[in-house]
Amino acid sequence: MLEFQNVTKTYGDVVAVDNVSLKIEDGEFFSLLGSSGCGKTTLLRIAAGFEAPDAGRVLLNGQDITDLPPNQRSVNTVFQNYALFPHLTVWENIAFGLKVKKHKSSFIKREVEKVMELIQMEDHAQKYPTQLSGGQKQRVAIARALVNQPAVLLLDEPLSALDLKLRQKMLMEIDLIHDEFGIIFLFVTHDQSEAMAVSDRIAVMHAAKLEQLGTPIELYEAPKSSFVAAFIGDTNFIDGKVIEKISGDYSSLQLELVDQQVQCFNDKKLKIGELVHLSIRPEKIHIAREKPVSSTKINLLHGEVEDYVYKGDHTKYWVRVNEFRFAVLQPNSRFLLDGKPIEWGEEVYIWWHADDGYMLERYSEVDTMLTELPSEEIGEADNPTEEEESE
Amino acid sequence: MSKPGPRSLEWGLTLPPLFWLTLFFVVPTAIVLLYAFKPTELYGGIGEGWTLETIRALFTRSTLILIYRTLYLSLTATLICLILAVPMGFYIARQRPKVQQLLLMLVVLPFWSSFIVRIYAWKSLLHPEGMLKQLLVYLHLVSEETVFLYHPWAVILVMVYVYIPFAILPIFAAAQKFDEQVFEAAMDLGMTRLKAFFKVFLPSIKNGLFGAVLLVLIPTLGAYVIPDMIGGPDTEMLGNKIVQKTFVDRNIPAAAALSGVLFLGVFLPLVFQSLVQKRQGQTHTVKGGH
Repeated sequence: MLEFQNVTKTYGDVVAVDNVSLKIEDGEFFSLLGSSGCGKTTLLRIAAGFEAPDAGRVLLNGQDITDLPPNQRSVNTVFQNYALFPHLTVWENIAFGLKVKKHKSSFIKREVEKVMELIQMEDHAQKYPTQLSGGQKQRVAIARALVNQPAVLLLDEPLSALDLKLRQKMLMEIDLIHDEFGIIFLFVTHDQSEAMAVSDRIAVMHAAKLEQLGTPIELYEAPKSSFVAAFIGDTNFIDGKVIEKISGDYSSLQLELVDQQVQCFNDKKLKIGELVHLSIRPEKIHIAREKPVSSTKINLLHGEVEDYVYKGDHTKYWVRVNEFRFAVLQPNSRFLLDGKPIEWGEEVYIWWHADDGYMLERYSEVDTMLTELPSEEIGEADNPTEEEESE
Repeated sequence: MSKPGPRSLEWGLTLPPLFWLTLFFVVPTAIVLLYAFKPTELYGGIGEGWTLETIRALFTRSTLILIYRTLYLSLTATLICLILAVPMGFYIARQRPKVQQLLLMLVVLPFWSSFIVRIYAWKSLLHPEGMLKQLLVYLHLVSEETVFLYHPWAVILVMVYVYIPFAILPIFAAAQKFDEQVFEAAMDLGMTRLKAFFKVFLPSIKNGLFGAVLLVLIPTLGAYVIPDMIGGPDTEMLGNKIVQKTFVDRNIPAAAALSGVLFLGVFLPLVFQSLVQKRQGQTHTVKGGH
């Protein structure tokens, strides 16, 4: 078990990690997710021993390792730029850690060959790092760390230097390797789709703080803050105001731009008069030409299709209701040759269940930019460690 | 009309410099070396025919001592340059760009003044009445009788001073390309920082070290002005002997033979380096990208 207890780290005036506490269970694939400068890399470097926290402790299997240098921790790192030894062959790179620990050469040979087989690099043993492709370097970097049989493997944006196709393939390989070894993988990434795909749990970090911790499903379906709702997946954000309490845990909302009243589950017990963001995921909204049979707990709106994009497996619509444009995702589960799909300018009904909306706090201005981030950002990868930049 | 192929283009580009180098480098060097096999006349002229006498004279005790001393002084200076330049290059490479520029400028700053002027400056510094000596005497670190000038270590000191920028620059260039994360990787895999410096950093900047050795060793092997002005009778190097044979003894063949020795002394490390690089090139083929 890897545990961070109230870890704080500052660089001059900049707070990189602000009082973060985390418990990572044995065998977990755990992701630290956040945008540049949120402190995720600093937290990883504290776990590796490259940075010392200003306050707080790091525990590994109950032992306090806060003050141990990197070479005395049962923790190994896969670096963002692989950091392979340029003067050593693939074989020598992988054997490095075992040689430093003065293992018998027969043992080293056996262990190195075992991981070489695992990463399918047997044919490249005598090559130098400059002769390898990005994906191969990545595999060697992982093997070089794993051969030491650490208790925790730290992965610092390991896929950011690869192109999209290779990234997805490597991600699956890393997942398989995790299953094989069964140790803690602490995976740092800015890419929510990567984190969602492989993690048992994800810690979303924002502005040096831990924003929300949970399984991918919890983060997506029950975000605790507007930041998390916007960062993980797409969502519709509508400004609203709580105006009435209705039966049970439900409240009625007046939506500003939409200029209509809707119901929403109010688990946070927000009071009448409070200003909120209503977050509804596009795929939770249904769309049809005909008015559906109305029932309680269904919010039904009438609008006009402004635009749509056909994506094969689904179609995305933008539906205007008064001053607000809803994004609506319609799965294309059945296709009828004589069916007429909804098109531009058509009058449609859209509806969602009151349980599918989330009332979240109003955005601050800084956060607003994040709603406009593309969900699959590429290119940020080339940035050096963000903390250094801000110094 | 056919376009000139890449092959002929290559020749077209190579021939002019090749011609130039042959005419003004290979041919003169060959002429100098040939003179080593000519007999000498009593009054300084060159005799007829060929002889191996001058070559044989190279293996006399006094010449061998001279060669040994030259190697000893230049290799010592090179080693000291390396020992000082490695931490300096490493340190400069890890500074912020602004500081880096400033430090690099300080490294090359001495080149702004004449080589001869700097040697004279050292001469007066090391002089028995000079500032350095007086200061050390005042601090009771050396006695009044100590003489710095004319001593072999004075020659080494000035050679190190003059040539250390040539060691710092290639080491800095190599150290700058060294990825800091590689250091962290070594520590991550169980090394201490110090051990990583020797086992990972130094091998990684191997080419920079080679460059530094060549750039310092070659000029110090042929040093003439420094031992002449700073040194005394027991710091005479090959360069000084060549000058003496040429201008004082008027024995051109002997000077040519000594030049040949010096030529080999400079040439062999170069051949060695290119062989090493070739060997690396075979196993180390750099593909596109990096």
